[in-house]
Amino acid sequence: MTSQVDQVEAVDGSDDGEGRSGPVPPPGVRQRPAKPIRRVDRVIIRFAGDSGDGMQLTGDRFTSETASFGNDLSTLPNFPAEIRAPAGTLPGVSSFQLHFADHDILTPGDAPNVLVAMNPAALKANLADLPRGAEIIANTDEFTKRALAKVGYAADPLGDGSLEAYHVHRVPLTALTLEALKDSGLARKDAERAKNMFALGLLSWMYHRPTHGTEAFLRQKFAKKPEIAEANIVAFRAGWNFGETTEDFAVSYEVAPARLPLGTYRNISGNLALSYGLIAAGQRSGLPVFLGSYPITPASDILHELSRHKNFGIRTFQAEDEIAGIGAALGAAFGGALGVTTTSGPGVALKSETIGLAVSLELPLLVVDIQRGGPSTGLPTKTEQADLLQAMFGRNGEAPVPIVAPATPADCFDAALEAARIAVTYRTPVFLLSDGYLANGSEPWRIPQVDELPLIDPDFATGPNHDGEFWPYQRDPATLARPWAVPGTAGLEHRIGGIEKQDGTGNISYDPANHDFMVRTRQAKIDGIDVPDLEVDDPSGSARVLVLGWGSTYGPITAAVRRVRADGGEVAQTHLRHLNPFPANLGSILKAYDKVIVPEMNLGQLALLLRAKYLVDAESYNQVRGLPFKAAQLADVLSAAIGTLEEK
Amino acid sequence: MESLRLVPKAEALQTAKEFKTDQEVRWCPGCGDYAILAAVQAFMPELGIRRENTVFVSGIGCSSRFPYYMNTYGMHSIHGRAPAIATGLAASRRDLSVWVVTGDGDALSIGGNHLIHALRRNVNLKILLFNNRIYGLTKGQYSPTSEVGKITKSTPMGSLDHPFNPISLAIGAEATFVARTIDSDRQHLQSVLRAAAEHQGTALVEIYQNCNIFNDNAFEVLKDPGTRDEALIRLEHGQPITFAGRGVFRDALGELHVAPLTEDNQADVLVHDAHHPNPALAFALSRIADADTLHHTPIGVLRSVERPVYDDLMGDQLDLAVEQQGPGDLGALLTGKDTWTVA
Repeated sequence: MTSQVDQVEAVDGSDDGEGRSGPVPPPGVRQRPAKPIRRVDRVIIRFAGDSGDGMQLTGDRFTSETASFGNDLSTLPNFPAEIRAPAGTLPGVSSFQLHFADHDILTPGDAPNVLVAMNPAALKANLADLPRGAEIIANTDEFTKRALAKVGYAADPLGDGSLEAYHVHRVPLTALTLEALKDSGLARKDAERAKNMFALGLLSWMYHRPTHGTEAFLRQKFAKKPEIAEANIVAFRAGWNFGETTEDFAVSYEVAPARLPLGTYRNISGNLALSYGLIAAGQRSGLPVFLGSYPITPASDILHELSRHKNFGIRTFQAEDEIAGIGAALGAAFGGALGVTTTSGPGVALKSETIGLAVSLELPLLVVDIQRGGPSTGLPTKTEQADLLQAMFGRNGEAPVPIVAPATPADCFDAALEAARIAVTYRTPVFLLSDGYLANGSEPWRIPQVDELPLIDPDFATGPNHDGEFWPYQRDPATLARPWAVPGTAGLEHRIGGIEKQDGTGNISYDPANHDFMVRTRQAKIDGIDVPDLEVDDPSGSARVLVLGWGSTYGPITAAVRRVRADGGEVAQTHLRHLNPFPANLGSILKAYDKVIVPEMNLGQLALLLRAKYLVDAESYNQVRGLPFKAAQLADVLSAAIGTLEEK
Repeated sequence: MESLRLVPKAEALQTAKEFKTDQEVRWCPGCGDYAILAAVQAFMPELGIRRENTVFVSGIGCSSRFPYYMNTYGMHSIHGRAPAIATGLAASRRDLSVWVVTGDGDALSIGGNHLIHALRRNVNLKILLFNNRIYGLTKGQYSPTSEVGKITKSTPMGSLDHPFNPISLAIGAEATFVARTIDSDRQHLQSVLRAAAEHQGTALVEIYQNCNIFNDNAFEVLKDPGTRDEALIRLEHGQPITFAGRGVFRDALGELHVAPLTEDNQADVLVHDAHHPNPALAFALSRIADADTLHHTPIGVLRSVERPVYDDLMGDQLDLAVEQQGPGDLGALLTGKDTWTVA
């Protein structure tokens, strides 16, 4: 049993906590006697090239092949904001990292075992992440003097011995692709563009990926240009055959399917899961979904996806701006729709006033924030968690809004349903805080049965509720929710607005005592939302350090916790899905540990809330690099925290 | 009314009284808004639709208190955003008659973007723009329709900005229905409301409204019996455009001129064609008034043309999607095409 990863780790010691523990799976059935096959338990591959080289597509295809093979997987696309950044430059490098395994894994991995570098810029931008012993597949055709000089290489790193610590495959990918396509009739420029498929073919051979899916995909994608489809398939097969025949690739690897819990699986990205969650929320509440949105990275995919499913009665409205997007959603909510707006941080800033109006109107509304690096335009294509306080407090007046944050790409589905449940049940806008990492990352998802999904009851008002009259602000005593009476319901005509309202009647009121009451009541409604208690994972029961995260840090934190435990360390873990209100048992959990570590991709926003609310000395560990944490990095932090306590 | 074909009909004739709420009206005594409110309340029963299927949405400003006084569904929203909010409501509920009440600051300044986009989309909204050429609720600053040089609290040396002409702006935004009327002329106001209600799509109705506190008599020349006949041009579709012994003529360059009517030029008087697909005539008419004196101010329907309604197009796409893809099947959607099973 060989593990590519373990070999690497033996060299540099960078165990990321994602190694397999448990029984060895049965041997694979594929046999190719021509070359030796090594079985490994997991692999991390990074495809890197120019923004125009099709690396995201290549990564997506490899992911699909891997998913259909049945491995567990996790992905990390990483690309510049520019559509076509200057070719051959470091800022123009686009990459796609995929971690796949024969067991349950949590992150896209810290350090790639294999780097596919389509040009010198891709090599230079990614080399620092490679552990010694990693394989590099470099497209030698692009390592020209000019291209090398562009990124500051004085000599060709493929020839100057500087890559001695790595296993370098020098492959003329462009020339081999052109050779394979010489009879295709395509112009050189068009033929060259298929080189990513050559690379994909080669990697598919190396890791025994099924290939029929990619061929079918290419035929469909280029259905209107069959000659292009054919060329890509030829290049893909040529890459595969190249691996099979060339001496340079002496070994291929096999990663057996993962033993995941029983069920039917598919691969899913965060934004797709979130879109499906919104559709499911519409179906399970019986409410028509209305999405008002303005295009913004990295949220636009949700607008694209929902607009494809009009047969579910979903209306998508591409508004003139962010404000109109949420305004239209709120208008639709007044009319009895499940109003949704999707955006990222800068868009939330523009929507703030309307969110405040929704707080005052007490209408259900979902505000989906796919967080990205800030402030201002920031890093549009990179991930960050720095909108937590904006979601929490970014409005005038006392305007509490519940916040739900998914933990993994697939969890975006359940989180969307949960946000919808809260919005409809409590008649309130709800923030759904995803981020760029979850949005574009993907993982296997056990497909739920529709009837397993929670039902959401809109409970529309149908008649008078107060001595034969209708009072729009007469509340449900248990939830403090007000009635949702939609236009078209006779006898319930009423007027609501952003001006303070008299308790009960909803009429305009400037009365001091009433305002005090209404402010406190709106807060009490949000504070009283029914959210499940937190569960703590503390296998020994004697850990003194608790690590607490929220949102997309779940994967890296959990991988770090596994690693620490594998090394004999004791650490407890819990993860927040509800950021407002907090689960009722959070305070007692925090006080039960000597040290609480809070890793966040911001400068300590959750820690600030925890300190303010619970008076605990929560320790922040922060990173704002536009990239997720690495498990090894967090494991070091946790081990150090345990060490500090033990010294005392 | 074809434009209200999807809105349920009232079972019995409704009265103006039924459209009044129990809320005390809080505009300043003498405000032009009172006359507009009374005219609208008296007009609504004429539509014959159910009161509960009528919604008034407003932004912020004096005029935007309007929904509180209409016994229908209503929302007093935030500054400038009423057209956006109403768009979401109208597009998702074609069984409603949705009205937007706004002012010159609300619609043309902070909400200018939403207004022009609602107009180009042709959402089924009736937008009543109360234009008093001043900010009232914030106590008297100049507005985007104030004349240049306006002395106000924020412009003690006179305002610098060139004003918007709301009608020109709406026509430029390719509005399908654009009209102007005056608060004090109830009969004319109601005739314009009727035409707006009958129109399929967005109707913009500019209502000249007097703010007797901060900009009193701004439209007096159009109201005073001694001056109004010479100042006002009452447009009627299909009728020659004449007033007070004068007529409107179009020269070879397409420019409009006012000249006294004579036996010789009678036949050359321009005939109003609100339905002309080319907006050039309506635009030219919107520019004919003298910006300083308001002489030659056209009122009535300047433009009324047919174009598919956004809400209908959106609904049609939903129907087509069901026709082409079948009704949504959540289980099939979640499963997708590429799955594997762990047994």
